[in-house]
Order: sequence, then C-alpha cells, then structure tokens
Amino acid sequence: MGLSDGTIKMSFTILPDDLTAAGEASSSMKKMLNQLGVSPQLVKKAAIAMYEAEINAVIHGGGGIADIIIDGQKIEILIRDEGPGIPDLELAMQEGYSTASDEIREMGFGAGMGLPNMKRYSDELIIHSEVGKGTSVKIIVNFY
Amino acid sequence: MKVREIMKLLEAELLAGEENLDMEINSACGADLMSDVMAFVKDHVLLLTGLVSPQVIRTAEMMDIKVIVFVRGKNPPQNIIDLAKEKGITVLRTKHPMFISCGKLYSQGMIGRGVWD
Repeated sequence: MGLSDGTIKMSFTILPDDLTAAGEASSSMKKMLNQLGVSPQLVKKAAIAMYEAEINAVIHGGGGIADIIIDGQKIEILIRDEGPGIPDLELAMQEGYSTASDEIREMGFGAGMGLPNMKRYSDELIIHSEVGKGTSVKIIVNFY
Repeated sequence: MKVREIMKLLEAELLAGEENLDMEINSACGADLMSDVMAFVKDHVLLLTGLVSPQVIRTAEMMDIKVIVFVRGKNPPQNIIDLAKEKGITVLRTKHPMFISCGKLYSQGMIGRGVWD
C-alpha cells in the first residue's frame, strides 16, 4: 500500500483454473486507480490489459502472482506464472493465434486476442517466457 | 437511444440494474468472444452476447460497459446477476437471436461502431 514516497504497491494471488474468480485482481486494481483519481481513459487501458494477462495466468499459467506499482509517472503491472511458457512468442503475439482448449473457448476466451489486446492498451509490454519454467508479463501504462 | 427504449425494442426483460434505464447508449457490440469485445473501444456501449459466464460481467466492468443484453433467451444464473448488481451493471434478456437483436437496434439508428486502435 502507500509508501512514504507516494508510491503505491499492491499484490494479488491469481488462483489456477478458477474462471469465476478470474478478474478479481484486475477489478481491485481498477477500484484503486479510480479512488486515486486516475483519468477514466487510463484506468480502462490498465484494467483491460491486466485483465487479459490475469485470464492468461488462470487458463494457461496455472495461476500466478500480480504485483502492481503506481508512482507519479506510471502504472506498472507485473504478472508472473510458473506455467508451461510460450515456445514462440512472435507467433503468440499474432491476432487470432490461440492454443486455448474448447473448454476455455466456451468461457468466451481463446480468440487469440489476449496478447494483442495487452499490446494495444499498454504503453510498454515486456514479456519473458521460458518453456517449462513460466511466463512474466510486464504492462506499463504511462500517466503522461 | 435510452436503455428503456432498447428494452422495449428488443422486448427484453430486466434482470438487474434498474438505475441505468435512462442512460443514453451510442453504440453496440455483439460478440460471444470477450477478447473481441475488449478490442473495441468506445463510450456508452451496449454489449449483446449469447455467452453466459461471469466473465461477461468482468469484461463489461473493465470496459466501463453499463448495459448487457443476453440474446437467444439465454438465462444467466443468479451468481452472474448478483455480480452485475454489485458492479452497477444493467442486465437485460431477450428471446431474439443475435442477428435480429442487432438488426432491430441498427434499423432504429444505433449505427455507431467501435474504434480499433
């Protein structure tokens, strides 16, 4: 929470395979940004990008951790999982490419738009992934 | 178009969110894939979907979408309606299928589309 230098930190656990709870971390962050008086446009960008990453952590990553840091310059969202990793990141970034199961598609995801949407709504997107070890996604939304 | 006019046009039933009935809606998005919805940016949007999942409400929440219409007579369970109420989202239900629902809205002047990028 609030530190003396004005930086705000939050951390959330993302549960695996729980599509009912998926989105709660993003919802909490959105609430916090609204309380801080961040402009609705920026709140929406950060919320959508984080929500897509959170869904990915649930459906692909076996759950994970979300760390959020808000300072005077930016919103930084780091989502880490210890899932199977992404073998071909370039391919995964293409709109429409998906490895999601039919079960996930029935939940309304797996359209191959998750990573492209994260890129669309973040000012900076940094993805590190190692097969067999996991994936980390850093989403940065600048205030200015 | 006001939400209550949309309700009348689609012969829809109100399941949650009476407080938004006088809200003005400018454009609509009809989709069953939530990531496609999230690629669509515009304010005062109506979401029409045949997908029944809590993630429909979550998606609407992230997108600041205040009105959802479940088409094809889909019946969202109580947990979905409760989540919508908690988020201040209006939930409507119509027997009309997606194509007809969209067509009725479009023919009445709701032609605003979203912006991609």
